[in-house]
Amino acid sequence: MTPQRSAYTRRTVLKSTAAATAVTHLTSAPAIADDGGTSEITLSVNGQRHRVAVEPRVTLLDALRERLGLTGTKKGCDRGECGACTVLVDGERIKSCLTLAVMRQGAEITTVEGLARGEELHPVQEAFIRRDAFQCGACTPGQIMSAVACINEGHTGSEAEIREWMSGNLCRCAAYQNIVAAVADAAKETPR
Amino acid sequence: MEFLRPVSLGEALEMKAARPEAVPIAGGTDVMVELNFDHRRPAALLDLTRVAELAEWSRDDSVVTFGAALPYTRLINELGTDLPGLAIASRTVGSPQIRNRGTVGGNLGAASPAGDTHPVLLASDAVVEVASARGTRSIPASEFYLGVKRNALEPDELITSIRLPKATGPQQFAKVGTRNAMVIAVCSFAISLHPNESRAGAAIGSAAPTPRRVRQAEDFLTEVLDWESPQALPDSAKRRFGELVASAAEPIDDVRGSAAYRKHALAVLARRALGWAWDAYREGERSCA
Ligand SMILES: Cc1cc2nc3c(=O)[nH]c(=O)nc-3n(C[C@H](O)[C@H](O)[C@H](O)COP(=O)(O)OP(=O)(O)OC[C@H]3O[C@@H](n4cnc5c(N)ncnc54)[C@H](O)[C@@H]3O)c2cc1C
Ligand code: FES
Ligand code: FES
Repeated sequence: MTPQRSAYTRRTVLKSTAAATAVTHLTSAPAIADDGGTSEITLSVNGQRHRVAVEPRVTLLDALRERLGLTGTKKGCDRGECGACTVLVDGERIKSCLTLAVMRQGAEITTVEGLARGEELHPVQEAFIRRDAFQCGACTPGQIMSAVACINEGHTGSEAEIREWMSGNLCRCAAYQNIVAAVADAAKETPR
Repeated sequence: MEFLRPVSLGEALEMKAARPEAVPIAGGTDVMVELNFDHRRPAALLDLTRVAELAEWSRDDSVVTFGAALPYTRLINELGTDLPGLAIASRTVGSPQIRNRGTVGGNLGAASPAGDTHPVLLASDAVVEVASARGTRSIPASEFYLGVKRNALEPDELITSIRLPKATGPQQFAKVGTRNAMVIAVCSFAISLHPNESRAGAAIGSAAPTPRRVRQAEDFLTEVLDWESPQALPDSAKRRFGELVASAAEPIDDVRGSAAYRKHALAVLARRALGWAWDAYREGERSCA
């Protein structure tokens, strides 16, 4: 594995060469360096592979929104607390503000844009509309992604269980009652 | 910022030796907050998520060893029966999304006095296994926490695994927070009964500069608990235990709670957790007899 060197500045190259020297006996040189410089990585999002140039400090959230134009995933707090940025990585829900894009190469990422099949909405999306589970909608993509995972995990046995397992997603409009109802509805329809 | 991506433990240790200032990142649930808010601008990050050894576990008849980068969700699902106290504490960390990524290694690395796994590790005689290119060390949890967000790691060392005995008796963990999810503990308490040694381990979190064992309270239990023919504990004994636990705390006033409240709450948590654990032990003994 060799690092991508496309956009290195002179300073970066010097720096990374120094680092590489220190670890020359290693089998690979898996460093990605930057000093404002970028590396090209491949992200697999909603079944499509994208080449993107990112600096190592770019979060998956920013890469999705600002580099790939997938603005369905929202940024509420950028510190793991609100859940608006929830996406699935290899089927698991995580907060995309708390992971670096460069750490998610080779993983399959699903965002809210990847749920519908053409014009046909995902059962969780249907349930959110039917149950009127939002007001402003800012938290909704995160709620929906979290709900998809929550249902797959089997944590929908009761209202209390749904509330507990949806606790990583805040709703400033306090649509919780209807969100819980939507998750319960969708759980009934979704074969696990 | 340089991003280092080792694929084996050996490689990770070589990189850490060459770049001791490189900041390890496992689940990223602490590190990323610091990066996003510019609280920290590390010259290099060392990504531990590709090092398979760090996310594995093994167990024999009496001991469980799990990798520092094993996420909480897997710890709960795969080791919860052997390590009930750690599972209870892990279930209270953040939210499902945080638990899918966050790790005990990261909790130890951050060494926040409020970290939820610390009291359990202390009460359960855990050992933190650390390694560097120079070799390995085993650090008992009771010697690992040195100060607020300071631990016993040398700059070139990584936490590789956590080793602790399989539970031989009931274990409990309790924390106080403003709601049931997504709260950093105002204070926390863990107790592990070790009937095989006729003693109990107990520890507090978020109530002193470091998580700490409460030895006087532990000694008190050694005096009052009858392991052979366990009786219901009188309220006076539970209260005394609570007082001893609270007296070991050196809490501060902060946004999450006052020092006085923390002491009060700790006494209550300790009293209750002891009651739950001891009752469970008595139940177990009765059903075995
Ligand atoms: C919204 C939110 C809620 C939270 N709630 C809780 C909570 O309820 N209870 C709680 O205890 N914590 C909580 N946390 C803090 C955090 O999730 C935990 O401390 C978690 O255990 C960190 O693990 P991590 O793998 O994500 O650590 P990282 O962020 O990857 O690392 C944390 C620190 O440990 C170091 N480190 C990581 N792995 C190693 C290693 N193997 N060797 C040496 N150093 C290492 C890193 O360099 C860093 O300094 C919360 C965080 C957020 C964002
Ligand atoms: S933006 Fe990620 S949790 Fe709020
Ligand atoms: S609908 Fe407005 S924040 Fe949830």
